[in-house]
This record gives sequence, C-alpha cells and structure tokens, in this order.
Amino acid sequence: MRFMMIVKANKLSEAGALPSEAALAAMGKYNEELQKAGVLLDLSGLKPTSKGARVKYAGGKATVVDGPFSEAKELVAGYWIIQVKSKEEAIEWAKRIPFEATSPAGEATEVEVRPFYELEDFAPGPAVESAKERAKKLPANAGPHRG
Amino acid sequence: MTATAEETRRRIEALWRMESPKLYAGLTRLVRDLGLAEELAQDALVAALERWPESGVPENPGAWLMTTAKHRAIDELRRDKLLVGKHEELARDVASGQEERSADLEARIERDLDEENLGDDLLRLIFTACHPVLSPEARVAMTLRLLGGLTTAEIARAFLVPEPTIAQRIVRAKKTLGEAQVPFEVPRGGERAARLASVLEVIYLIFNEGYAATAGDDWMRPELCEDALRLGRVLAELTPDEPEAQGLVALMEIQASRERARRGPTGEPILLLEQDRSRWDQLLIRRGLAALDRAEALGGARGPYALQAALAACHARARTAADTDWARIAGLYGALGEVAPSPIVELNRAIALAMLFGPEAGLKLVDALKDDPALASYHLLPSVRGDFLTKLGRFDEARAELERAAALTQNARERALLLARAAACGEAASPSGT
Repeated sequence: MRFMMIVKANKLSEAGALPSEAALAAMGKYNEELQKAGVLLDLSGLKPTSKGARVKYAGGKATVVDGPFSEAKELVAGYWIIQVKSKEEAIEWAKRIPFEATSPAGEATEVEVRPFYELEDFAPGPAVESAKERAKKLPANAGPHRG
Repeated sequence: MTATAEETRRRIEALWRMESPKLYAGLTRLVRDLGLAEELAQDALVAALERWPESGVPENPGAWLMTTAKHRAIDELRRDKLLVGKHEELARDVASGQEERSADLEARIERDLDEENLGDDLLRLIFTACHPVLSPEARVAMTLRLLGGLTTAEIARAFLVPEPTIAQRIVRAKKTLGEAQVPFEVPRGGERAARLASVLEVIYLIFNEGYAATAGDDWMRPELCEDALRLGRVLAELTPDEPEAQGLVALMEIQASRERARRGPTGEPILLLEQDRSRWDQLLIRRGLAALDRAEALGGARGPYALQAALAACHARARTAADTDWARIAGLYGALGEVAPSPIVELNRAIALAMLFGPEAGLKLVDALKDDPALASYHLLPSVRGDFLTKLGRFDEARAELERAAALTQNARERALLLARAAACGEAASPSGT
C-alpha cells in the first residue's frame, strides 16, 4: 500500500527560509532510514506559497489568486510517498519524522498520512471504464512523474 | 485518548514488521545462534503483546524490544551457566571454554547494539537466510520471515500452502543451518559472487511468485511483489557497490510498474504489447531506470539482471507498442543468451526477431527449439508458436498449439486466455455458417 505523508507549512517554510544545517542533517538521516528500510518511493519539498498561486473555479469562471496564503497549517510544504503494509506502519513512520529539529521552537507542526487509491478500490463498472477511456487519451507520460 | 486493545495489537504488528529484522540480525550476532536469536526476539514480542495494551506503547518501541530481548539473553545465559554447574562432571571438558565464552557474551550483550553495525548484521542475516545449504523453498520462507517481517501465517497464505508446512520448513531450515555450522557472516572473496547470486535469486523468486502466480486462480499476488521489492531495495542499500543488486531492483521496479495494466476488469491477463501504457506507473519506471543507470555506472551492464532490466526498460521507454526498439531487444536477448544461456531466452529472441523480420523468421527459430527437453512442458513455447502460426494464417496448426499451451499452464487465468485465442483460430479456420 502506498501512503503520502504530507507535511504542513510553518512560519519558517512559508518565509522561504532554508533549513538549518542541523535540520538538514536530521531530515537526511530520517530519509536514509526510510530508504534503508526499502519503503521510500519519492519525496519533495515545495517552495512557499508566495511563489505560487491559486486558481479558483466558480460558476464556470477561473480566477487566479497569487500567493502568499495565510493559513499556514492548511498549506502543504512537502511530501513523502512510502510503500508499506498497513496504515499503522505508515503512521509509525510519520511519528519518526524529526520535526523537533526542523520546526521553529514552540510551533506545532503537522503531517497528514493519506493512502493512495489502489486498483482493488475500484469495482469494475461503467464509470471506471469511462475513466480508463479518458486516461487512454492522455499522453503516455502525463502525470506528476513525467519522464 | 486511550487506544483499544485491537488498535494496540495492530500497532504492535506494524512495529514488529519494522523492527523484527533488526532484532533478529542484532541478536544473532550477539548469541551466534539464529534459532536462539529468534526465540529471544519472539519472547520480546510476547512481552510487548502482554504489556503494551496496559502500559501503552513506549516512546522508542524498537529499543524497548531490543532491551527486553537482551535481558532474556542474559537470563538464558545464566541458566546455561547454572546447568554447566549442575553437571560439572559431565561438563568439565567444556567448562573453561564455556566460561570464557559466556563472559565474553555477557559483555557483548551489555554493550549497546551499535547503529553502525546494524547494516552489517542485516546483510549477514540475508546471506544466512539465503544460504545454498537450504532448499529454495526454505530460503524463501526464511527470508520473508526474518527480513520481510512476515508471519508464518502470512507466508503460508501468500504461497497457498497450509501454515504448518511453512512452520515446519522454517524449523528444518534453522536446524540445517545449525548442523551445517553456517557462520553468521558476509561471505568474502570468491564465495561472495555465488552467495550473492543465491540472495538475488530468492528475492526474484518471491517477486515472480507474486508477478506471475504459478498456481491458483489469481494472475497476480501484488503483495508478494511489494515484499520482494522492499527486500530488493533493502539489499541494494546494503550493497551499494554490487551492480546486480541494482540490476535486480531495476528489473522489479519496471516490471511492477505494469501491474495496473496487466489485468483486465475481470482479472484476465493482458499481454505486454496490448497493455494500456497510460496505466503504467511512471514513478516506478523512473525509479527502475535510475537503478539501471546505477547498475551500468558500476560496470554491470552485462549482468543477467541488468540485461533483463535493460530489456524491461526498452518497453518502458516506448510510448506505444509500435515504437518498441525490437532490434535493441533482439541484441539484448543475444547478450543475455551469452551470459546466461537458456532456451527461454532464445524463445524471447525469436519473438523480437519476428517483430523485426516477420513471423516466418520467428517460426524458424522457434522450430529449432521444439525438441529442447528443457521446454518440453513449458507452455510459452506452443503459445508463441501458436501466435506466429496465427499471424501466418495457418489457423488449424495455430489452434492445436494454443490448446497444447492451455493444457500445459498451471494458471487458470492464463489457460482461459489461451483457450479463447484457440477458439478464435478455430473460427477463423472455419468461419461460422459454413
């Protein structure tokens, strides 16, 4: 089973501050642990929302709102994708993230653990078939993991 | 918020999967006896199952389990000493040696298990579990249990055999390792290559059992593929200089990337060239290609796993089936045939050449393999022959071959597919209404 561990933003990440040496070392060690355990599939960090934008859709119209956005705890700052046997195992890995080294003192940090949909989650049916048809029309390399 | 007993049990299960390989590895190094190490680790698990639902799960569960197991080891040792004392006459010959060994052992147990040593211990454990003195089935069971963190019941379910069979297999394997006095070490020198090949073979066996289930009604058992991938990734991390470990990971990642595309809505198999490539997992392909790059950078481009990974990569890189670089594929099969000669490789080379030069060319090569005893009961030979004959419009012969292939395969899904193709040939040979 695959899970995404979604790291929420904090003041530091939103300010675009690069992590300290100590934070980098702690995260590096953690990532290495994930890799050595054979569970790490992918990871990335995101730049602060001041570098991004939101596109809102309403009534058939798209409106663009430039960042930054204020509600730091609702913002995503990065993610890991891991492959494990159970939700419990994913949570155990999430508990080991060395946040004490990476978040500003006294500030709470949050990570959200979410399972991916798996093939088994979809019973065959017309909607699934039509989704597959749509997927067929996409270029072969479309998707978040181009190349 | 208090966890229910069931929640705690599930947590312990997850923690056990994560921590047990380290426990087995560290403890085996300490007590030099895999069987005893396993008992100690199991004792620690039992203690956790007893206490944690009451006390809550400790802050560092891995360290708790290890400490508990170490205390058991010391208890065991003291009891041993006592036994030696009680049977003094009997034990006189060995007593001094035993005393020395025990003191040494106790000192080592008291010392904290060094993180630095953990990797080496795990590698020793992999080599021990995959030791050639064990049968392939035993190696698979030992590897899944000791390194994959699977329970006996889970292994039994994955291989569709009764649980006592697996339990027996593991007991016998430990006995065999003890009797053969297999040292707990990473083989060096000339022995290393052969022993590593055995490890790689075991991991790929597990993967293949998941990828193309040899028996049963399911075409795939993806959980076994994931177990094998995890083991392969662990091994590749532990042996970063071994190109074939990287090659095997590359091969498994790329093959696993097709999982979603190789089954139809009712679970029927879909052949590679007919798969919807938009369903291939680009994340796994990217990981596989990176591992293949590492294998090649280490000078291992001609290793059997790296060559097979390169073949899988050819398909992964082709945007459509028509874009497939069949010349490169035929060349890679030629190279593979040189380092690991096999009629199955030759059969695949025939398929590639048929794609390049037409079914007639392929048929010629396949006919040369027809009498190879190694392929006598291999369903893919008549299956491939049947395919070439279909393309040549020789439907009656094609049908006979496909039916023969259907009779040879052990997999129910594959049999159904072959029979459907045979029936289609039958209809083509005598169109309905005549």
